Amino acid sequence: MLTGGLVSAIAARRRTLPGFGLTMGLTLTWLSVIILIPLAGLFLKSLELSPEQFWNILSSRRTLNALRVSFGLAFAAACVNLVMGSIIVWALVRYRFPGRRLFDAIVDVPFALPTAVAGVALTALFAEKGWLGAPLAALGIKVAFTPVGIFVAMIFIGIPFVVRTVQPVLQDLDPEIEEAAGSLGASRWQTIIRVILPSLAPALLTGLALAFARAVGEYGSVIFIAGNLPNVSEIAPLLIVIRLSEFRYADATAIAVVMLVVSFVIIFAVNRLQRWAQSRIPVR
Amino acid sequence: MTMQIAHSGPLISSDARARAREALTRDNLRTEPKAVRIAIITIAITFLTVFVVLPLVVVFTHAFSKGIAAYLAALAEPEALAAIKLTLLVAAISVGLNLVFGLVAAWAIAKFDFPGKTFLITLIDLPFSVSPVISGLVFVLLFGAQGYFGGWLRDHDIQILFAVPGIALATTFVTFPFVARALIPLMQEQGTQEEEAAISLGASGLQTFFRVTLPNIKWGVLYGVLLCNARAMGEFGAVSVVSGHIRGETNTMPLLVEILYNEYQFIAAFAIASLLAMLALITLIAKTVLERHLDEGEDASDH
Repeated sequence: MLTGGLVSAIAARRRTLPGFGLTMGLTLTWLSVIILIPLAGLFLKSLELSPEQFWNILSSRRTLNALRVSFGLAFAAACVNLVMGSIIVWALVRYRFPGRRLFDAIVDVPFALPTAVAGVALTALFAEKGWLGAPLAALGIKVAFTPVGIFVAMIFIGIPFVVRTVQPVLQDLDPEIEEAAGSLGASRWQTIIRVILPSLAPALLTGLALAFARAVGEYGSVIFIAGNLPNVSEIAPLLIVIRLSEFRYADATAIAVVMLVVSFVIIFAVNRLQRWAQSRIPVR
Repeated sequence: MTMQIAHSGPLISSDARARAREALTRDNLRTEPKAVRIAIITIAITFLTVFVVLPLVVVFTHAFSKGIAAYLAALAEPEALAAIKLTLLVAAISVGLNLVFGLVAAWAIAKFDFPGKTFLITLIDLPFSVSPVISGLVFVLLFGAQGYFGGWLRDHDIQILFAVPGIALATTFVTFPFVARALIPLMQEQGTQEEEAAISLGASGLQTFFRVTLPNIKWGVLYGVLLCNARAMGEFGAVSVVSGHIRGETNTMPLLVEILYNEYQFIAAFAIASLLAMLALITLIAKTVLERHLDEGEDASDH
């Protein structure tokens, strides 16, 4: 009965509103021209390489080190963002303090600030004579022009992803579940670990994945502070740029394909996570 | 508990105040000891100050470190003016293209049901997860001297790479999802009833779109354009790969920041950077205002 009504309603909608064919045609055409064909070109180009060539490029010391720096530091930075992002979300959603709205708005700065600006600003801040670099240097910690600098830039770029993914979920969390846990004798810590954390898990993992994906591919905010020493502080996107400038297109393509495949895996994982999250939204 | 109430001044919404009052009547079941609360707030504020506020402040202090005259002189350099002009041109092209695409795609996706809709949205989102450098690389592989269309372009004397078309293309690629992603959920929520009514009253498709749909989604359109524009003007990686860095010709503002910085012209580099930082701040303020409009629209449609 209900399904029958739904189907006829959909059919009626199809009939009444015009322009589906035209707008869908334009959408698919434009999507193909701007996104799909260029990306397909990259994969096609990589097919020109024999598996052996492909492997030789990827297993060269410099490539491996660049991939290790990018993926390793991006994962470490995403983990820091997961923890710090959770603390920030908790403070913004659960507590009232002066400047709360301002700090809430400020979380989006890494989204909005052009990456090159972030890059020069972080470098100036963490350079040996910078506001934060000087006291850190006194403690014997060198940040700018070392892998630590890359780590710092990746933390900067990733923080909004965790906050903006987790914040709405914590806001919508049913307060009665917590109260029930509390009145049944759970300690506050038990309630957070056993009740709240599982409800936030899909959002936390999504935030982690998005921050990681962004940091892996990040270029502008990293290259100024990185030092860009081959094998030590050279990120994979920079190595692509260097190979391009040397006209070693095969090398650039091979590295790019590996990074793209990882991006696609992350998109797939995030889609799965979101489906998981939707299937377990508590009914208010 | 008392701390929560003490700070809920006129800025806090009535909703929040009601929630706070409700919380008072209940037990301390949903909060932490005061020391923990203060520690969490301190950590959050410190982290955001170090990683987000200080970099912003550094940009402006460095830009003005030799005074306003030096700052303005740096911006009046022909190279700086050329970069500003090119940035505005490229942003206008890519925002324009993505605005039209966003409207068209949102109409097809939000107003009709068809199989594979989620997959199509995933494809539109792709540029968000592609490294900026790769977004530039794909166009080098297509249009570069060794690229698929490189020979044909050379024979016909068409310049795409290291020129405005290449920069605009790469920028359009990276900003592709913004407008469509702002509009699709909004238009899905609004449904098709108003449009169906207009059509049944004899309006044409275009009339319906411009008179019924567009007024309903105007804040969403503005929101998408705003974010699209911010990213278009600030894009660095993708543009860097396709621009060729020809001074005074193919350098956008972010690329000029890099060049000046690498030449130790710090005042000039941070002066340009400060313009981009201001763009980011204005974008964020406008975004906050627009989000309020969008929320109001949502509330209105709820009642």
